[in-house]
Amino acid sequence: MSMKNSVEVKNISFSYGKTEILNDLSLDIKEGEFMVLLGPSGCGKTTLLNCIAGLLDLTDGQIWIEDDNVTWKEPKDRHIGMVFQSYALYPSMTVEKNLSFGLRMMGTAKDLINEKIKKAANLLQINELLKRKPSQLSGGQRQRVAIGRALVRDAKVFLFDEPLSNLDAKLRAELRYEIKKLHRDLSNTMIYVTHDQIEAMTLADRISVMKDGLIQQLDTPKQIYNKPANLFVAGFIGSPSMNFLKAKFDKSNQNIIVGKKQIDISKYENINNLMNDQEVVFGIRPENINIEKNENSIQCKVELVEPMGADTLVWTSVEGNPISIK
Amino acid sequence: MSTIPKGPRPKHLTVGRIGLYCFIFMCALFFLMPLYVMIITSLKDMDEIRAANILNLPKELSFYAWPKAWSQACTGFVCEGLKPGFINSVKITVPSVIVSVALSALNGYALAFWRFRGAYFFFGLCMFGAFIPYQVMVYPLLKIEDFLGIYSSLPGIILVHTIFGMPILTLIFRNFYASLPIDLFKAARIDGGNFIKIFFYVIIPMSTPITIVAVILQVTGIWNDFLLGLVFAGRDNQPMTVQLNNIVQVDYGVAEYNVDMSATILTSLVPLFVYFISGRWFVRGIAAGAIKG
Repeated sequence: MSMKNSVEVKNISFSYGKTEILNDLSLDIKEGEFMVLLGPSGCGKTTLLNCIAGLLDLTDGQIWIEDDNVTWKEPKDRHIGMVFQSYALYPSMTVEKNLSFGLRMMGTAKDLINEKIKKAANLLQINELLKRKPSQLSGGQRQRVAIGRALVRDAKVFLFDEPLSNLDAKLRAELRYEIKKLHRDLSNTMIYVTHDQIEAMTLADRISVMKDGLIQQLDTPKQIYNKPANLFVAGFIGSPSMNFLKAKFDKSNQNIIVGKKQIDISKYENINNLMNDQEVVFGIRPENINIEKNENSIQCKVELVEPMGADTLVWTSVEGNPISIK
Repeated sequence: MSTIPKGPRPKHLTVGRIGLYCFIFMCALFFLMPLYVMIITSLKDMDEIRAANILNLPKELSFYAWPKAWSQACTGFVCEGLKPGFINSVKITVPSVIVSVALSALNGYALAFWRFRGAYFFFGLCMFGAFIPYQVMVYPLLKIEDFLGIYSSLPGIILVHTIFGMPILTLIFRNFYASLPIDLFKAARIDGGNFIKIFFYVIIPMSTPITIVAVILQVTGIWNDFLLGLVFAGRDNQPMTVQLNNIVQVDYGVAEYNVDMSATILTSLVPLFVYFISGRWFVRGIAAGAIKG
């Protein structure tokens, strides 16, 4: 990955009529980077992607792709390829025609088209499907073709709009792996929109967690998991989600007090900024709680047990705060 | 009950069912009655018709009314039968249908996908246009066509049919296109299609069912039209319906009911034929508007 920026989103705003969806949002994506836009539905992530693709006109701001201000350019002139959740294959064309449509529109020579289709078909293992119509394909095959259609265009940037959301769990894992491999082999810039945190964590070089049209945190998956920037990110990432305990800080003992229980947080950074008796929210992931019995442990009653094979989830509560333990 | 429920539930013929079938059968008879009378009357000679047994089968089959209706019956002072009217109707219907359907498809596509400024206003205008009765516009349109110098001519009547067909057809196409996934259109834009290319390469190949619906509506509507043909076509281009009226409404001589009947059947053959060959498509097209496809 180079340090050069491939896509630069500069202070963009977008509104539908009076509803403001994006407001003064900026985002730089490096060359060859796999950037995931993650957030709950309605957070503006798909809108942002459509703005980058040029499918929506900005209310304000600029989009740059490869040092070129493309703000007013048509989608076809932005050197992008896009994969949609609904596959969006042309139903009247065979797989081959679907793949070649963009090239034919550009007036590419026939030999070159055939060569590119062959290459993409090999890469995605869809050689046998070339003569079929989209209606004769399964969901996974359709999405492969849709990815192929983006591939043959030699796009500088690939845009994925929740490409795996319509597939079943098994296929999703399979194609997720292949998209990751594709990125490793091609090392193109990829921007990937999803609401699935597993996809985000596994695929991304960097994740940008979005909510209400704002980027809440932009960092590597590891950082986002270990050092969430705010309560929203902390609660959104991780499954089951992080436990939150309302507590008070006790400066002299470097403890927090939850009801009558005390938890030692002396090893945390930043606790010097806290004042005595300050109200705090203590977050701990279910997988970071150990179940054992000694004089320091907190006692609580098991309310529900959910066995999930590899893990078992235990639900309980501490001083009125529901807690899950993995 | 001794049988244990297993497999498909057995079908019983209930009293209600029998009653329903009887009702349907009676309805069918009722609606087929005029057709029956028309066909047998057209196959009788005048003596037998005067005997006034309207429901009796002809004693002797007589086919002379059919060729007469087609090529000899008198409309006013000309005695060439319905043939010239048929040719005129074809000359009016074919271009009107092609032009109105093509333009409406393009309009519907623009309305559904290219949300241009004022698209909603235009959509409302179409809706309004689709519900205005013809009669209101006949006189103004006549003056306009007169000014343009195409009143009482073939282009004149084709223009009128195209104008009157477009609002409703545009709505039909727009609704069909609005039901297509928008991602398809987005993908085509990224793939390099412009307004016209996307229409021709992506949208038209998907429009078969709705186009058939539109063609059926227009063919039957224009073929059956009487008022506009009478007012706008001019003496030389009178459609079949107007000529049929002239044959049936005789002011002198004998009313030849057998000729009238065969002339009427001849005139209605085209819409009948259209319905028979396209019934399947018609239903599919209507359903396609409702189901996301």
